[in-house]
Amino acid sequence: MAAVPSGATGAVERSLAGSGRDWRGLVFQVLLLGALLLTLVVLITLLVDQFTRGLPVFVDRGTDFLTSGLSSNPEKAGVGQGIVGTLLTGVLVALLCFPLGILTALYLEEYAPDNRLTRLITINIRNLAGVPSIVYGLLGLTVFVAVFASLGFPNSGRNIMAGALTLTALILPIVIITSAEAIRAVPQSLREGGYGVGASRWQVTSRLVLPAARPGILTGTILALARALGETAPLLLAGAILGTFSTSGSLNDLLTGPYTVLPMTVYDWSRKPQEEFRQLTSAAIIVLLVITLFFNALAIFLRNRYQKQW
Amino acid sequence: MTAATADARSSSRTLAGSKSRRWRETIIARLFLVAALISVAITAFIILTLFERALEFLLAIDPSQLVAEGWFPRRGMFDLATLLIGSLLVTLIAMLIAGPVGLLSAVYLAEYASPRVRGAVKPVLEILAGIPSVVLGFFALTFINPNVVQTLVPSAEGFNLAAAAVGVGILTIPLVATISEDSMRAVPQALREAAYGLGARPGTTAMRVVVPAAVSGIVAAMILGVSRAVGETMVVAIAAGASGGSLRTVDPFGPGQTMTAAMAALATGSDQVTGDSAAFQSLFFVGLVLFVLTLGLNLVGDVFVRRVRQAY
Repeated sequence: MAAVPSGATGAVERSLAGSGRDWRGLVFQVLLLGALLLTLVVLITLLVDQFTRGLPVFVDRGTDFLTSGLSSNPEKAGVGQGIVGTLLTGVLVALLCFPLGILTALYLEEYAPDNRLTRLITINIRNLAGVPSIVYGLLGLTVFVAVFASLGFPNSGRNIMAGALTLTALILPIVIITSAEAIRAVPQSLREGGYGVGASRWQVTSRLVLPAARPGILTGTILALARALGETAPLLLAGAILGTFSTSGSLNDLLTGPYTVLPMTVYDWSRKPQEEFRQLTSAAIIVLLVITLFFNALAIFLRNRYQKQW
Repeated sequence: MTAATADARSSSRTLAGSKSRRWRETIIARLFLVAALISVAITAFIILTLFERALEFLLAIDPSQLVAEGWFPRRGMFDLATLLIGSLLVTLIAMLIAGPVGLLSAVYLAEYASPRVRGAVKPVLEILAGIPSVVLGFFALTFINPNVVQTLVPSAEGFNLAAAAVGVGILTIPLVATISEDSMRAVPQALREAAYGLGARPGTTAMRVVVPAAVSGIVAAMILGVSRAVGETMVVAIAAGASGGSLRTVDPFGPGQTMTAAMAALATGSDQVTGDSAAFQSLFFVGLVLFVLTLGLNLVGDVFVRRVRQAY
């Protein structure tokens, strides 16, 4: 066995390592990291900008800003009505979206035969998810608001139920798609085990598949809910109030009377030229971000906590 | 012998279940189908409404009103070109930001980032994706415009399309980055190993092997990004001004209107615009154009997404 000359090994190593440092590669990597950091910088700038402008409102007025109603007087205007509207919308949308979304996802993944109707439903849902949100506003206006109006509801049917139905239609495709993905990730062996001990399809679905897919379904639904709570455009058409209104605060009034949500308040104030309203807009944005980012963080936490590798 | 047949019969009865159990199963299956059909009904209602009302609008106006000096619905000037140009300008500028930034971020996340860095950076993208568009609209108006756009172009006005487009671009980054990253992660490891085996450096491997292999997914990300940017409403409604209407303009540094912002403007003033007037009906006409446009983009994007799945 002839020993390899030491000079040759060095040449091979040198040639494998390339000529010196990979400067171009390094520049490339810095460029990539720069793109990523740019996003981070934008996010931080946005948050810092809003907080520096909005925090003085909380310092000056404290909880008064959170509880006061809408007003054209910047010293009195608050986000109370917006918070109530946003939270109530959230509850209504969740009540409608969870059952509808999960039933549809279970149907598509567990029950649906592979036929033309099923394919139509699937394609339809995928495309609904990409429809711009303002188009859902047109649906809300001509279907939901119109139905409430024809049923004789006050305020020409422009109530929070019509708004919640509109937002449900908007996020339903997203809830279905993410739930279906979570259900699909449940291993087949679990189902087979269920059928093997004599369970019916409903028993397998409700007691084995659904619990196993629950974290994924929850994550997707909460993210979608957060998106719904931040939406403005569809509610502009579906009857949320820009400007001021008063309510008695009774449940009946909340459900059938005029309503607004936080993003609408932000939009309304952002259009006012006075500097005071600029500050109020930022303060309202802080409240809105706290609510929507709370749901986002909850969803991310749930996913990281319960993420399962089958 | 007879015992065995009886056994087999009873066991087949047990497998089929009792009558009530079979009934329950059928009812539950039907209920599921009804839920699934609701989403089809939503689509049907959207399409029906849009077509019916858009047709009413077109019948109510004189076709020559669709070409004018600008989009002023309350004065009977429905120049669709104004809105299309506005949407095109905003989308173009938005994608000039979201395209490169999203793609480069995706390359880093898919090819360079360690699992720890990825775990820390992904939530940032998700938080950015979760920021309501009204917030970005206000940010575009009060921060991006004075500090970025007007610094670069001093002649830019207080409300302008460019600032709105930057806001839209920021909102579109997470979508482009996520879909591109997914498609790059779907590229088999063997391709990378082959490139390294031939002596390619990481940068070369990423740009000459992984990106070309994932090109379907990247194209899909861009198309869906365009669709998202075209459909974005609130950022433009807040930052681009021109809520009363706009002259046809190709200047991104002045106020202007997109299809979505025009709809928002009509909706905002819906108390003033009576239900049957042509101005109000134009809302549905613009909605239909927007719907058809984004639907087309999404269908094309979907074809590319599916191609990624088939390839490997």
